[in-house]
Amino acid sequence: MEVPILKQSHYLIASIQAALTDADLLQLRDALAEKVGRFRSRGVIVDVTALDVMDSFASRTLRDLAHMIRLRGAETVIVGIQPEVALAMVQLGLTLEGVATALDLEEGLAFLNEKTQRHLGIETNSPRK
Amino acid sequence: MITAMNTETTVPINSDADIVVARQKSRELAVHLGFSPTDSTLIATAISELARNIVLYAKHGEIIVGAVQNASRYGIVVVARDKGPGIPNIEQAMQGGYSTSRSLGLGLPGVKRLMDQFDIVSSLGAGTTVTVRKWRDAERSYVLPTVS
Repeated sequence: MEVPILKQSHYLIASIQAALTDADLLQLRDALAEKVGRFRSRGVIVDVTALDVMDSFASRTLRDLAHMIRLRGAETVIVGIQPEVALAMVQLGLTLEGVATALDLEEGLAFLNEKTQRHLGIETNSPRK
Repeated sequence: MITAMNTETTVPINSDADIVVARQKSRELAVHLGFSPTDSTLIATAISELARNIVLYAKHGEIIVGAVQNASRYGIVVVARDKGPGIPNIEQAMQGGYSTSRSLGLGLPGVKRLMDQFDIVSSLGAGTTVTVRKWRDAERSYVLPTVS
């Protein structure tokens, strides 16, 4: 099942709707890396609220995704990891090190706004030295 | 130990799509057996790892999920079986602690942590069988003294 990717101003939002196969996850990774360039996006949100299981493959693929997006010049935040999924991840030693996470979509947007605002010309109000 | 056979399901594992089926079937059975949503997720995650090992290393195999019961408790038993190359060094495969996210290891220590019991039989050229069990929480409240 292909994950729908929405464009929301400077951001791309990928909202996982159901359990994904390994092939679906790789497809999502590559689609986001490509679309970040096509839409000149500043940030990517991957919403995993509906993901039933985050195993080693899913974890590794999301981490690769975040690092690829960073190399493309944008920020990634993973949102919506459920408490029981987080517990299973910790038991497996999957910490998503080096990847930003946030509670939900709202927090993810706030994180990206803060992370990317200086790139968007909002810094014009900051005092000069 | 007596195994109740009436709730047994076999999932053939031949591709990455079957991994999803295996973890959904195991979650369904776990919920049916009265496991909490948290434990059901832990079980589904463990089965996802075992099914992935089959796809990656043996190409073909099967996952059998069933109910298990002994004198005082109920649980779930999952058998992951393949006729793949086998694991040359089980001791080594069971080491490595929390490194599954970095290495391309089998993730077996993680599976062991997610479940209550873990058994592995592997012979080179003949295949690998991993059997894991998890017992329902009810057993703990049965054993622990009540605090009032």
